[in-house]
Amino acid sequence: MPAVSKGDGMRGLAVFISDIRNCKSKEAEIKRINKELANIRSKFKGDKALDGYSKKKYVCKLLFIFLLGHDIDFGHMEAVNLLSSNRYTEKQIGYLFISVLVNSNSELIRLINNAIKNDLASRNPTFMGLALHCIANVGSREMAEAFAGEIPKILVAGDTMDSVKQSAALCLLRLYRTSPDLVPMGDWTSRVVHLLNDQHLGVVTAATSLITTLAQKNPEEFKTSVSLAVSRLSRIVTSASTDLQDYTYYFVPAPWLSVKLLRLLQCYPPPDPAVRGRLTECLETILNKAQEPPKSKKVQHSNAKNAVLFEAISLIIHHDSEPNLLVRACNQLGQFLQHRETNLRYLALESMCTLASSEFSHEAVKTHIETVINALKTERDVSVRQRAVDLLYAMCDRSNAQQIVAEMLSYLETADYSIREEIVLKVAILAEKYAVDYTWYVDTILNLIRIAGDYVSEEVWYRVIQIVINRDDVQGYAAKTVFEALQAPACHENLVKVGGYILGEFGNLIAGDPRSSPLIQFNLLHSKFHLCSVPTRALLLSTYIKFVNLFPEVKTTIQDVLRSDSQLKNADVELQQRAVEYLRLSTVASTDILATVLEEMPPFPERESSILAKLKKKKGPSTVTDLEEAKRERSADVNGGPEPAPASAVSTPSPSADLLGLGAAPPAPAGPPPSSGGLLVDVFSDSPSAVAPLAPGSEDNFARFVCKNNGVLFENQLLQIGLKSEFRQNLGRMFIFYGNKTSTQFLNFTPTLICSDDLQTNLSLQTKPVDPTVDGGAQVQQVVNIECVSDFTEAPVLNIQFRYGGTFQNVSVKLPITLNKFFQPTEMASQDFFQRWKQLSSPQQEVQNIFKAKHPMDTEITKAKIIGFGSALLEDVDPNPANFVGAGIIHTKTTQIGCLLRLEPNLQAQMYRLTLRTSKETVSQRLCELLSEQF
Amino acid sequence: MQFMLLFSRQGKLRLQKWYVPLSDKEKKKITRELVQTVLARKPKMCSFLEWRDLKIVYKRYASLYFCCAIEDQDNELITLEIIHRYVELLDKYFGSVCELDIIFNFEKAYFILDEFLLGGEVQETSKKNVLKAIEQADLLQEVKKVIFKNKSFVT
Repeated sequence: MPAVSKGDGMRGLAVFISDIRNCKSKEAEIKRINKELANIRSKFKGDKALDGYSKKKYVCKLLFIFLLGHDIDFGHMEAVNLLSSNRYTEKQIGYLFISVLVNSNSELIRLINNAIKNDLASRNPTFMGLALHCIANVGSREMAEAFAGEIPKILVAGDTMDSVKQSAALCLLRLYRTSPDLVPMGDWTSRVVHLLNDQHLGVVTAATSLITTLAQKNPEEFKTSVSLAVSRLSRIVTSASTDLQDYTYYFVPAPWLSVKLLRLLQCYPPPDPAVRGRLTECLETILNKAQEPPKSKKVQHSNAKNAVLFEAISLIIHHDSEPNLLVRACNQLGQFLQHRETNLRYLALESMCTLASSEFSHEAVKTHIETVINALKTERDVSVRQRAVDLLYAMCDRSNAQQIVAEMLSYLETADYSIREEIVLKVAILAEKYAVDYTWYVDTILNLIRIAGDYVSEEVWYRVIQIVINRDDVQGYAAKTVFEALQAPACHENLVKVGGYILGEFGNLIAGDPRSSPLIQFNLLHSKFHLCSVPTRALLLSTYIKFVNLFPEVKTTIQDVLRSDSQLKNADVELQQRAVEYLRLSTVASTDILATVLEEMPPFPERESSILAKLKKKKGPSTVTDLEEAKRERSADVNGGPEPAPASAVSTPSPSADLLGLGAAPPAPAGPPPSSGGLLVDVFSDSPSAVAPLAPGSEDNFARFVCKNNGVLFENQLLQIGLKSEFRQNLGRMFIFYGNKTSTQFLNFTPTLICSDDLQTNLSLQTKPVDPTVDGGAQVQQVVNIECVSDFTEAPVLNIQFRYGGTFQNVSVKLPITLNKFFQPTEMASQDFFQRWKQLSSPQQEVQNIFKAKHPMDTEITKAKIIGFGSALLEDVDPNPANFVGAGIIHTKTTQIGCLLRLEPNLQAQMYRLTLRTSKETVSQRLCELLSEQF
Repeated sequence: MQFMLLFSRQGKLRLQKWYVPLSDKEKKKITRELVQTVLARKPKMCSFLEWRDLKIVYKRYASLYFCCAIEDQDNELITLEIIHRYVELLDKYFGSVCELDIIFNFEKAYFILDEFLLGGEVQETSKKNVLKAIEQADLLQEVKKVIFKNKSFVT
C-alpha cells in the first residue's frame, strides 16, 4: 500500500483510494464504490454512535466518490454534524463537503447557516476563516440573505485578524457577484477603501479585488480609491526587489497586487492632474523596467514582470489620453511580436488590437504590418494566427486595405476550418468599407466565394447584391465578372445565386457581346440549375422571368423550360407555383406590363451593414469597434452634446454617399422597403424606432419585486438597471439607476415610461429625461414620482433605447409598480378581524386561489413575504397556527380600500389556498394574483 | 477566475474548483470539452486559448495539467503565475509533490487552494502566510509525516 497521508492520516481512506486505483476496469471500480457506499450507509444508519474521526473519514470517502464523478445522495447530515465539532480537521472536512456538495434542501441550509453563524461569532480566527471560506465557496442567495449584512462588519472591525479580513473581503465579493441587491452599501464602504493603505499586503491584495468589483457598479462611492491606489502602486514599483520580502515574486515586487491596482484604475477616467502626474511616473517606470536586463532567467520572473507591463498597457489604452505613453506601449508590444516566447507574441497581438483603435497609436501600430502578416503565415499555433487576423483587421484603413485583404484571402486558402467564417466576414467588411474602386470589391467577394464558398453566409452575398444595385458604375463590370466566373465547370452554389441575381438585373449590359448573348447567358445559368438546392432554383426561376422582360428573343426558350413537367409539376410547392405563375405572366402580360412588373430593383435604403452586425454578434461588440467610430465618439464627447446625425447616411444613396451608413443607424428607413422579390427584405433588421418586446426573464424579475422595493431589475452584457423605491400611502418615489457596464459611451440614451391609456388614468407617473450620454462604467439616476389615483392592474413598461458602438440597442422591462405598494398595514385583534371578515362576505368581495407551491414551504420566508407584500401579519388570529392572516389598507387618491387576507398552507399536498376579501372586487382580484405568484 | 481544473495526461480529473454557480451537468460537460481541447494541444503551443467567451490559461507540470478559465479583462500572464504559485505551495507542503500526493490527499489540495484563492481571486500571495495557515491546522491534530520519494514536478 503506497500511501500514508500527511497531517492527520486517515488510513481507511488511503486504503480505499488505493483499491480504486487498483481496479482494472470501470465495472470493477463501480463495484468497489457500491460496496463502500453500502458500508458507509450502514455505518451512518447503525445504532452505534460514530465518533468524530469515523464520521470524518466516511464523509471524506463520500467526497472522494463524488469527485470521481458519481452521484452522492446521502451523508449531508453527517457533514453538517461535523461543522459543530470542536476539532479543527473534522470541522474542516465538514465544510469541504458542504462547499463541494451544496444542496438546496432548506432544512439543511438552515442548519449550515447556524453552524456558520456560530463559527463567525466564535472570535477564533481559524474557525472564522473556515466559515468565510464556506460562504465564499457556496455563494448562494440563502447565504447572502443570512450573512451579507454581517460580513462588512467583520471586514472593517478594528480587532479583526488580518487573515480573517482577507477572507471576509473576498467572501463579500463573491456574495456581491451572485446577489448584488442583498449587499447593502453603507458606512463600511469608505473604510474598505482605506484598506488600500493597510500595512499587510495580503489584506491590500484581497481588498483591491473587492473594491474593483464594487467600483465598477458604484463608481461615485469608491472614487477616493483612485488616489490611494496610485500611491500604493507608486510605492510598489519604486521599491527594491527585496523590500517586500515574501510578497516579492522572482524579483518582481508584488506582481499580483500591482496587476489588481492597475485593474482598479481602469474603472475610472484619467485622474486629476496631481494624481495623474504620479500615475504617469509609475507607468513610465514600468515601461522602463521592461527595457532593463532580466534579474533572473526563470520564466516566472519574466511572466510576472510582463503581467504588470501588459496591465499597465491596458490602463494606458483605457485612458487613451497620453500620446507619448501610447506610442511607447506600441513600441514595446512591437518588440514582443518577434519574441521567442509564443505566449508573449500572442498577448502582444491581442493587446495591439486595442491600440490600433486609438487615433494616437493607430499609425504606430500600422508600422508592424509586415511582422503581423508574417505571423499569419508562419505561426504554428492556430490561436496565435487568429490573433494575427484580428490585428490585421483592426489596423486596416484605406492606405493598406488592398494589401491586408489580399493577405487574408490568401491565408483563407489554408486557414483552419474553425476560423474561416470569421475571416470571410472580416474580408467582406474590409473590402466594402475601404473600396475606392468597386470593381475591386466585386472581385474580392467573388474570390471569397470561390475560395471559401461554404463559409460565405447569406449576409455576405445579400450585401454584394445590395451594393451592385445601388451603384450603377459597377453594374456592367459585375455582370461581366459573374458571367466569367460562372464558366468554371464546378462553381459554388453561392456564386450561382449571385450570378443569377446580377444577370437577371444587369445581363442586358453585357448582352451586346456575342460571347455573352442572352441565349448563352441563359444556357449557362440553366446548366447549373439541376445541381442547385430549392431556394437557389427558385431564385433562378425569377432570373428567367426577368430575362423574358430583358430579352424578348429568348422568351420562347424560357417558356419551354417553365412549361416542362419538371417545373410545372415539381414536387416542391414554391418551385411549382413560381413556374406556373411566371409562365402565365409571360403569356398574358403585355410588354408594358412586363416591363413594369419586372423592372430593375430600386436602390436599397442605406443602413448599417448586416455583415458587420453579424460579426458583432459573433464576437461581441467591443472587439469590432473601429477607429472611425472611436474617433466619432470622442469628438461627440468633446462637444459635450449628442452625436450629430451624419447627413449622408440617411438619404437615398448617390454615388458619393457613405456606402455603409456605418455612422449611425438612420432614425427611419429612407423609403418603403423594396416591394418586389422579397429576397432581400430579410436583410434588414427591425425598424429601430419600434419598442422592443419585453426582455426575457422580465416577468420573473417583476415578480421578485412584488414583495421588495430594491434590487437589480435587469442586467445584460451592456446595461444594468437597479431600483430603489419608497411608498407612503398613495404616493411613491422610485429611483432607477442605469449602469453602463462597458467601457464605451452610450449615446442617445433615452428611457421612456409607457402606460396604456387605461393605466394612465389610474396611475400617474412623473419623471425628467436623463442625460443622453452615459459614459463607460458610469451610472445615471432617474427619479420617478408616482401617484396612485385609483386601483390598477397593469404595470408600466420601461423602454430604453440607446446607441452602443455602431449598434442600436432597445430594451423593454416591466416596471414593478404594483397595487400592493400602496398598502398600509393594519394591526387588529382576532375578534375585530373575524367581524370584518364576515362583513366582507359577498361573493364579489372575496377572491380565492388554490395553487401549488413553487418554492419550499418555509414558514419564516412566508411571513417575510407577507410583510414585504405590505400588509400587517396578524399573529394568534387564526385558530390554526399553521395559517397566515394579514390586514391592511390600500391607499389611492380617490378612496381607501380595506383588505384582509388568509393563506392556508397544506404541507402534505404542497399546496396553498389564498383568500382575499376587500371592499372592491378588482382589488381583491389583483392582490390575489400578485400574492399567488410569490409562494 | 471562473474555475480551475487539474487533470492528468490520461484525462482523469484530479481537482475541480468552481467559482461560478453551475449545475453538475454543466460542470461535467465543460470538463469533458476542456480536457479534450487542452490535451489535443501540442507542447510548444501558447498557454492561452479562447474558449466560448472565456480565456483558458493552462500549463503542464509533469503528468498533470493545471487549467484556469478567466474572463475577458483578466490578465493571462498573472494567471499563469497563479498556477505556478499553487504548484509551489503544494510542493513545499508535500515536499516534492507528485500526482499521487494530490490523489491521496485531495482534501489538503483543496484546503491549500482555499487559502491561496478565494471566490476566484488571489487572497494571499505570500508562500509563508499560506503554509502557516495550513500547518497550524495540522498541528491541531496528531501528525504522521511520511513524505513521498517520488520525483518532484516543479522544475
